[in-house]
Amino acid sequence: MNLAGRDIRHNFGRFVLTTIGLGLLLMLVMGMGGIYRGLVQEATLLVDRIDADLWVVQKDTRGPFAEVSRIPGNLEDRVRAVPGVLSSRAFVSTTIQRERNRQPLRITVQGLSWPEDRGQWLPLVAGRALGQDHYEMIADESLKLPLGAKVELAKDTYTVVGLTRGMSSPSGDSMAFFTLRDSQAIQFDLSGEAVRLERAARYGRASQIDLGRSQPQVIERSRGLSSAIPALGPPAISAVLVKVRPDVDPGQVQLLIGKWPDVSVYSSDGQRDLLVSGIVDRSRRQLGLFRMLLIIVSGIIMALILYTLTLDKLHDIAMLKLMGARNSVILGLILQQALLLGALGYVIAYYIGQWVFPAFPRRVVIIPEDLWQLAGIVAGISVMASLLGIIKALRVEPSEVLA
Amino acid sequence: MTANSGDHSAVLEASSLTKVYGSGHTEVVAVQDATLTVARGEVVALLGPSGAGKSTLLTMIGLILPPTAGRIVIGGVTVFDAHRTRVNVRRFRRQHMGFVFQKANLIPFLTAAENVRLAMEINDMGRRAARRRAAELLDYLGVGERADHLPAKLSGGEQQRVAVARALANRPGLILADEPTAALDSVRGRQVMELFRKVAHEQQSGVIVVTHDHRALDVFDRTLEMEDGELRESRTVSQAQ
Repeated sequence: MNLAGRDIRHNFGRFVLTTIGLGLLLMLVMGMGGIYRGLVQEATLLVDRIDADLWVVQKDTRGPFAEVSRIPGNLEDRVRAVPGVLSSRAFVSTTIQRERNRQPLRITVQGLSWPEDRGQWLPLVAGRALGQDHYEMIADESLKLPLGAKVELAKDTYTVVGLTRGMSSPSGDSMAFFTLRDSQAIQFDLSGEAVRLERAARYGRASQIDLGRSQPQVIERSRGLSSAIPALGPPAISAVLVKVRPDVDPGQVQLLIGKWPDVSVYSSDGQRDLLVSGIVDRSRRQLGLFRMLLIIVSGIIMALILYTLTLDKLHDIAMLKLMGARNSVILGLILQQALLLGALGYVIAYYIGQWVFPAFPRRVVIIPEDLWQLAGIVAGISVMASLLGIIKALRVEPSEVLA
Repeated sequence: MTANSGDHSAVLEASSLTKVYGSGHTEVVAVQDATLTVARGEVVALLGPSGAGKSTLLTMIGLILPPTAGRIVIGGVTVFDAHRTRVNVRRFRRQHMGFVFQKANLIPFLTAAENVRLAMEINDMGRRAARRRAAELLDYLGVGERADHLPAKLSGGEQQRVAVARALANRPGLILADEPTAALDSVRGRQVMELFRKVAHEQQSGVIVVTHDHRALDVFDRTLEMEDGELRESRTVSQAQ
């Protein structure tokens, strides 16, 4: 006869409420692990998907996701000329915040090297890749921009032609993909007044130097478009993505480009490790500590619940002993309830989590390994938590029935 | 003083049982040198005022409290001797003893039938056999139709009959009852006492009932009386009344 089951049946309401409470607590533990996994996944998402063997970035920086990286646009051509390189693409990454429908719209703008890179590698859930050099964008669905939506950025209007799912930056901002030129236009956009002031300042500087005084055309040019002034050069890019020929060791190419004094080169794995160790590590440790505290709190709460449940049954346990019940019967009564409480709490945590986690602002990724690990932990704390009750029960004398 | 059975074969032989609580200035002798024998099929009443040591004697015989001194033989097995318990107490209790108390002490989360079955399942009886015997016992005790009710839904008399059924479940050689009718009215109290007599005679069990209820003493084969921890004398039923 299963005494634990009979006892639960008798105190069903209390058991259900207790289990739900524990389930919610375990959901938080589960969620903490999931948030950590989500952080790692968000941090490495682009690196994993973008299909590049090497990342060429500004010297001594850790790449466009970790910090500001500015390299000249023509670096793409220099890299392409390196033996063993199959292709190279310029890449721009910057985060902007605008307002749309009176709501803040925060976007991590990713520039793709048109026409080689149209975003065809992106996980599109609707629409298509970029089809033209200008005024199109692919947005992540978390930005809540429908297909065909018109978005005004800088001085242009962009049409959403494709939607991705789950594409967010290491900082958790949703991504949108543009052509490189559009992304630069968005990144370096200045107001008309700022442009006029900059031109006036350039004119002033040119007027005060010998070159300006002796070459009137230089002064005239300084009042015009910056792109018409060769000395200013094209806008900077964030990185160059390199694809190495299949028959060439990427390490060799990395070694070669790495010798250039103006850039640093990372393999995709290196870039990934930098992101994980640099951006996520502190969060990981914090989440890990918080998770451990939650597990301890869960264990203490479980122990208190089971102890209280055992206290309620001390008289019955004394009677069982008087009737000659073995200790295993009494242990089973407590331990089975503890394990059932843990197991049901775990199941509740899982299902409520499936429902709640998608509503979290940051990605929560639950993987089977973490679920198994947590299941083991829950089983462990269930057993540990029942110890107090078990010790109390084993100390009860049958004579207490007579009390 | 001693109380001896007649010529029946003994289910209980307790000799020189003594229970002392505390030591030195705080020493209290609860039971002093009590010797008694109970035969198979015999129903014995243990009378005496409160604090006389009746319950202590019963708990020593029931292996709930170890005697300070003395010897207990149950069903021919020496269970306590020379200050030591000689058997696995719990196993011995579940196989050879049944208990009934003033309160029914039913497990509240089990139905009447489950309470009776539990005693048998603890004693390794198969589920089907336990189920059948529980139903038989509850029918026998007149609470068969209440078998699926939880104790909270039963009256005091019904609960006590279920407790008796539980005590009888494993066909114990010795049944110990401590004021089993105290919470019952006189009619139901007498029914329970008569039940003990019936069961004792039918199953050839020995029954010791601690009671204050003098109205049902005619049910017993023998009465023993305790006073100040001593089992003073054995009287006939007519003398006790």
